[in-house]
Amino acid sequence: MSKMIYLDNAATTRTAPEVVEAMLPYFSELYGNPSSIYDLAGRSKEGITAAREQIAGILGAKKEEIYFTGSGTEADNWALKAAFEAYKNKGNHIITTKIEHHAILHTCEYLAKERGAEITYLDVDENGIIRLEDLEKAIRPETILISVMAANNEIGSIQPIKEIGLIAREHGILFHTDAVQAFCQLPIHVDECNIDMLSSSAHKINGPKGVGFLYIRKGVKIRSFVHGGAQERKRRAGTENVPGIVGYGAAAKRAWDSMEERTAKERELRDYLISRITEEIPYVKLNGHPVKRLPNNVNVSFRFVEGESLLLMLDGCGICASSGSACTSGSLDPSHVLLAIGLPHEIAHGSLRLTLSEEITKEDLDYTVEKLKEIVQNLRNMSPLYEDFMKKQEETNVQ
Amino acid sequence: MYSEKVMDHFQHPRNVGEIENASGVGTVGNAKCGDIMRIFLDIDDETHIIKDCKFKTFGCGAAVATSSMATEMVMGKTIEEAMKVTNKAVMEALDGLPPVKVHCSLLAEEAIHAALWDYAEKHHIVIEGLSKPKSDIHEGEEEEEEDY
Ligand SMILES: Cc1ncc(COP(=O)(O)O)c(C=O)c1O
Repeated sequence: MSKMIYLDNAATTRTAPEVVEAMLPYFSELYGNPSSIYDLAGRSKEGITAAREQIAGILGAKKEEIYFTGSGTEADNWALKAAFEAYKNKGNHIITTKIEHHAILHTCEYLAKERGAEITYLDVDENGIIRLEDLEKAIRPETILISVMAANNEIGSIQPIKEIGLIAREHGILFHTDAVQAFCQLPIHVDECNIDMLSSSAHKINGPKGVGFLYIRKGVKIRSFVHGGAQERKRRAGTENVPGIVGYGAAAKRAWDSMEERTAKERELRDYLISRITEEIPYVKLNGHPVKRLPNNVNVSFRFVEGESLLLMLDGCGICASSGSACTSGSLDPSHVLLAIGLPHEIAHGSLRLTLSEEITKEDLDYTVEKLKEIVQNLRNMSPLYEDFMKKQEETNVQ
Repeated sequence: MYSEKVMDHFQHPRNVGEIENASGVGTVGNAKCGDIMRIFLDIDDETHIIKDCKFKTFGCGAAVATSSMATEMVMGKTIEEAMKVTNKAVMEALDGLPPVKVHCSLLAEEAIHAALWDYAEKHHIVIEGLSKPKSDIHEGEEEEEEDY
C-alpha cells in the first residue's frame, strides 16, 4: 500500500508505541487479579494506582475521584443515569445541548422516555457554542444536572465550561462535562471549572480502545452502575482491565507532558489547512468557531458535493477522513451537530472532517489539499446541483 | 463495504455528462435527502432505440454506481426494453448493495422513468406501464440559500 495519511484522529488515534510497551508486561507477566493478596496481584494494583494518580493530577482531582470504565460512552451513561437516580427526589430536569455525542443524547432520550426525566436541549450559535443566557433561562427549581460537552467531536467547538460551572455552582446544580475530545487537548481543572463529573476515553489520546473513566467529585451521591465485586470503590464492579488502565495512564502522561508544544504545532497546521481549503476551493464554508476550536479539528462543507463520495475518493488516495453526511451516519439525516449550527441539509451532506495528529506534516496537508481540489471538482462536474447553479450564474451574468 | 463492481462504477463512472437537446431528461430525488439523479436520453424517434444516455448525480457511492450501471443497461435498448430495467436488475448487476444503501438504488429506475416520461410528453406518445414521476427536486428549495 502506498502512503496513508490518517486524518481521522477524532474517531480514534494510533496507540502510541510507548503506551503499548507500558501495557505489555500486564498481559503475560503481571497478570495477577488486583483484588488478590499475593505480591503478583499487588503489582497489578500498583499499575492501576499509578494510572489513577497520573490522571487525577492532570485534572487537579484526588485519585479516589477517578473511576475507570469500559469506555467514554459508559462514563457518560453512568453520569447521567446514576445522577438522575440519586437526585430524583430533588427534581427530574436535566439541561444539555443539541450537539452532544450520542452517548449523551440517547441516554437523555432513554431517561425521558422510560424514567420520566424532562430534558432541555440548548441551542448553539452558528459557531456551535451555547449562549450562557439560554442556560440561565433554562434553569428551573427541579433542575438537577447540567451536562455540556467540553469540546465537540465533529466541529471542534469549545464550550465555556468555566462559566457553565460557575452558573451550576450558584444554583446548586450538578455539572457534568463530556471531555472525551478535550482531555489532554485543553487544560481542564475540575475545581477551577466547578466540574462535578467528567467523562473521558483513552483511545482519543493515543491510548488503547475500550477504557475510559468518570471523574466523580467527592460528595456527589452517585451509586454503583455495574453491580458485583468491590472494584473501583464498589462503584464499578468487574475485574479491572489492568493493561488498558495502565495504558491509559501512560497515554495521559505522554499527552499531558507534550500538550503545550503539540497543540501549538497542531493549531498552526490546522489554520494552514483551513486557509488553503477556504482560499483555494470555491463554495466552501468552515464549520465551527474559527478560534475556539480543538487544536486538531478542521470541518468544512463543500457545496454541490456529497460527503460519502468525497470520503471514498479520498480513501482511494490513501487519505482517511470522515463526514457528517446522512450516508455516513447510517440514517437519512445528516449530522445533528451540523443541523444545530443551522446548515441546510444540502450543505450538511457535503461536510468533511479532517482531524490532525502530531504525526501529520505540512507536506501531508499539501498533498491532501491537492487531492481535495481535484476530487471536489470531479464530483461537482458530476453533480446536477452544480450544473443548475452554474447555469443560473450564467443567466444572471448575461442579464 | 461495497462490492468490487460498485467501487469500479463509482471510481470510473460510465456515461457521465449531459446531452444537448436531449430527447428526454428526468431528475429525481432531492438535495435534502442527499441524492439527486438526472438522466439524459437520446432516443431515435422512428425505432424508439436509446442511442445515447448520460447522467449527473449528487449522492453517495451507491447512488453514483447505480446511475452509471443503469445508463449502461439502457443504452442501445428500445423504450420497451428500457422499461424492464428495474432497481433489482441494476442492483444485481452491481453484485448487490449493503442493506442501508438499497434506497439509493431506487432512484435509478425512477430517473429513467422520469426521462422517458419527459420524452413521451414531448412526443405525445403513451408508454405502457409508465406513470408520471412523483419525485420533485424542488421540494425543500425554500430553505435559505447561503452565500459563500
Ligand atoms: C464527545 C464524545 N463523547 C463520547 C464518545 C464515546 O467514547 P468511547 O468511544 O470511548 O465510547 C466519543 C467518541 O467517539 C466522543 O467523541
